Amino acid sequence: MTAEQRLGTQPSKTTRWIILGIVGLVFALPIVAMIEFTFRQGLAGGYTLDHWAGLFGEDSARTYRGLFQAIGNSVVLAIVTVGIVLVLLLPTMILVHIQFPKLKRVLEFICIVPITVPAIVLVVGLAPVYSFVVKIFGSGAWTLAFAYGITVLPYAYRAIQANLEAVPVITLSEAGRSLGAGWPTVLWRVLLPNLRRGVLAASFISVAVVLGEFTIASLLNRVNLQTALLQVSQSDPYVAVIFALLALALVFGLLLLIGRLGSVGRNRKES
Amino acid sequence: MTVANAPALTSTGAGATPRRQSVSGRGGILRFLGLTPFALYVLLFLGIPTVLAVSTGLFTEDGGLTLDNIVGLFAPNVLTAFGNSFFVSAVTAVIGAVIGALVCYAMLGTRPDGALRAIVDSASSVLAQFGGVMLAFAFIAAIGSQALLTKFLAEAFGLNLYANGPWLYQVPGLLVVYLYFQVPLMIITFMPALEGLKTTWAEANATLGGTRFTYWTRIAIPVLAPSFIGSLLLLFANAFSSYATAAALVSQGAPIVPLQIRSALVSETVLGRENMAGALALGMVVIMVIVMWGYSVLQGRTSRWQK
Repeated sequence: MTAEQRLGTQPSKTTRWIILGIVGLVFALPIVAMIEFTFRQGLAGGYTLDHWAGLFGEDSARTYRGLFQAIGNSVVLAIVTVGIVLVLLLPTMILVHIQFPKLKRVLEFICIVPITVPAIVLVVGLAPVYSFVVKIFGSGAWTLAFAYGITVLPYAYRAIQANLEAVPVITLSEAGRSLGAGWPTVLWRVLLPNLRRGVLAASFISVAVVLGEFTIASLLNRVNLQTALLQVSQSDPYVAVIFALLALALVFGLLLLIGRLGSVGRNRKES
Repeated sequence: MTVANAPALTSTGAGATPRRQSVSGRGGILRFLGLTPFALYVLLFLGIPTVLAVSTGLFTEDGGLTLDNIVGLFAPNVLTAFGNSFFVSAVTAVIGAVIGALVCYAMLGTRPDGALRAIVDSASSVLAQFGGVMLAFAFIAAIGSQALLTKFLAEAFGLNLYANGPWLYQVPGLLVVYLYFQVPLMIITFMPALEGLKTTWAEANATLGGTRFTYWTRIAIPVLAPSFIGSLLLLFANAFSSYATAAALVSQGAPIVPLQIRSALVSETVLGRENMAGALALGMVVIMVIVMWGYSVLQGRTSRWQK
C-alpha cells in the first residue's frame, strides 16, 4: 500500500480495476456491436466481408466522394475552432485572471451563456448572421467554425479555468516579472507550461465537439461529417456504420497522438 | 503532471480567492484593449444570434407583437415534451456525474503520462461529444430489435429486451443512450478538479488524527463540491439541448423539446410555426436560466464553507 492509498487520496488497485473494468466493458459493447454489424450479411444472418471490400474497391473514391469531402470539412472546422479557443479565449482568460479579477464573473457568465442557449436555439439567430459572414469571408466550409467556437466555449472555459485556479498564476507571473521577464516570456515560458493540462483538455473537447456537431450544420445546410453520415445511412447503413467506426478510430488516434505529444514535450523540458 | 502540480504547493487551493495585487504597472484604458477581440467575437456570434432567436417567439409572421406563441407553450403536448426533456436530462446528469466521478477517482494515482490515462482521456474526448447520428447507429447495432446483444440475451437467458415495446426508440431509450456521452463528459470536466486535490491536505488530516473517511467527508468532498455541481449542470444542459441523437433514434413524434423545435422549424404545413420555434426556444432558455440561478446560489453557499 502506497502512502497515498493509506492516506485515502487514492483507490486501491482492486477498487481501481473493478471500476474501470465494469465501465470499460459497458462502454465497449456498443462499439463491438457496430463492428459486428459491418460484417453482417443482411437480416438473414451470416457474415461477409463485402461491406468492407466495397470501401477499398476501384470506384470507392467516386462513390463516397461526398463523404470524404465532408470529413475534410470537419477536420478543417476542428482545427479552426481550436485556433479560436487558443487565440481568443485563452489569452482573454489569463488576462482577466491577472489584470481584471472583477471581470471574472462576467467572463464566466459569458462562457456559460452557450449552455443556456443551446445550438438548436442559436441556429435560428445564426442564419441572418451567416448571410453577412458569407459576404465577408465567402462560403467556405471553415466559416462554420465561428459558430463552433461559441459552441465549445463552456467546455473549453471549464477545462482552462479548473487549471487556472489550481495554479498560483499571479504569484508565478510576479516571480517571472521580478526576474526581468517580459509579458510574452511570462506567458509562453511560465504560464503556458503550467496550464498545459487545461489547454490540452480544452483542445481535446473542442475537437470532439466539432466532429460530433450535427445540429448547426444540418439546419444551416452545411456539410460536415455527421450530416453526411446521416445521409449515407439512409441508402447504405453498413457503409455509414463503417465510416462512423473509422471516424471514431481516427479521432481516437488523433487525440491519443496529441496527448502523447504533450507529455513528450513536457518530459524534454523537465530534463 | 509533475510540472503542472509542482508549483501548486503554495497554492491556496481550487476556488480560493487569489491575492489582489497589481502585477503590471501599465494601467488605463489601454489594458482593456486586450479584451476587445474576444468581446467582439462573442457579441457577433453569441449576443446577436441569441437576441434574434429568443425574440422571434414574441412576433407574428408580419412582425407584429403577439403572445399567441407563448400561450402555445402550455398546450398539453408541449408541456409533456418539456417534462420528458427535464426527466431525461436530470436522470442522465445525476447517473452520469456519479459514474464519471467514480471513474475519475479510480484513475487517481495512475501515472498522468501513462498509457491508461492517455487512453481514457482520448476515449472520453471522442465519446463525450459523440452524440448524434453515430451514437444512434451504435445502439441500434447493440440493442436494437435485431441486434447482437438482444439476440444473445434472448437465446442465453430467454430475456426479451422488447417485452415492453420498442423502448429504445422512445424516451426510455434516450436515458440509456445519453449516458454514453454523459459519463465521458463528466470524466473530462471533473478530472482536473480531482487532480487538484493536494496530498498535503491528506497528510494534514492524518497528522491531526483524521481517518480516510474524514479526509473525504471533511476535506475532499467539500472542496470538490462546486466542481462536481458545475459538471453536473454541464451534463444536464448537455442532455437538455442534445438534438441529433434523439433525431436519429426517436421513431415517432417529438417527445422532447429540441425535436419540437425542429418540427416547428421545418413544418411546411402550418404557417407561423417558425415563430412557435422561437417561443419554444424561449421556454428552453427560461428553464436553463432557472437552473443556472440555482447553481450560482449553491455555489455561493459552497464557497462560503470553504473560507
